Amino acid sequence: MIELVAKPPCEGLLPVTIGTVTLSEPDMAPLTLIAPMKGKEVALAKAMQTAHKLEWPEAGATSGANGAALVWFGRAQALLVGVAASTKLNAHAAVADQSDAWARVVLEGEDAREVLARLTPLDMRDRAFPVGATARSEVFHMQASITRMGADSWQIIGFRSMAATLVHDLTRAMESMAARSQR
Amino acid sequence: MRIVCPLCGERDSREFSYKGAALALAYPSEEAGFEAWDDYLHNRDNPAGPTRELWYHGSGCTSWLVVTRNTTTHEILSVELAEDAPESRQEASA
Repeated sequence: MIELVAKPPCEGLLPVTIGTVTLSEPDMAPLTLIAPMKGKEVALAKAMQTAHKLEWPEAGATSGANGAALVWFGRAQALLVGVAASTKLNAHAAVADQSDAWARVVLEGEDAREVLARLTPLDMRDRAFPVGATARSEVFHMQASITRMGADSWQIIGFRSMAATLVHDLTRAMESMAARSQR
Repeated sequence: MRIVCPLCGERDSREFSYKGAALALAYPSEEAGFEAWDDYLHNRDNPAGPTRELWYHGSGCTSWLVVTRNTTTHEILSVELAEDAPESRQEASA
């Protein structure tokens, strides 16, 4: 039997620190896309609460409990991060393991927000994007999921096949931000 | 130009792509004749003023939206999810 080795999407590329900002890759975690079936939204929210103690997130919101997070991931879907999905959800939703489909990175540091502001058209101000909020938007020209983890900490999830591009675009913005701060 | 997505809030137009008249949501029944389907596929009005059109929030929540836009001023008058739009419940009448 061949033993396959799990290889992180950004292996060999991260972590990188430029100026005040660090881009790193958290340990790989189970990622499961959960999309409620039509009319099963309430039942799914209840099953999610029972199985994972997680609140089903409104558009643009996240919830977290016991090291797991449920991140709103677009219209009528959320991404369960950190734990394998309970089979009890299957009756109410389409449940798909996408652990190997996404590259997940964390951008943090004093100028992290300014770095991101160079790449996304989102309003990054506190009142528009508080800690715990999430958005689907663009990072440079790529579709991505952006979540504010802390005051200066952002989780960015992009397509795994484009992981090197994601790192390239983010580090380019980090470099130009650092160059500007030195003046 | 900015569009207020019902799910994501106000977003830059680069996140959206344009599809065409919202009439596309109101398709004829399978039994409808050639005339009805021909009209549905090919015939569109080209009004100067408010129009209802389909937009896709591809770089955001991936919702289909019906945007009411004034073609003479580019003013966006309203935005709704396509699934909530009245066109989604209509059948095309030829």
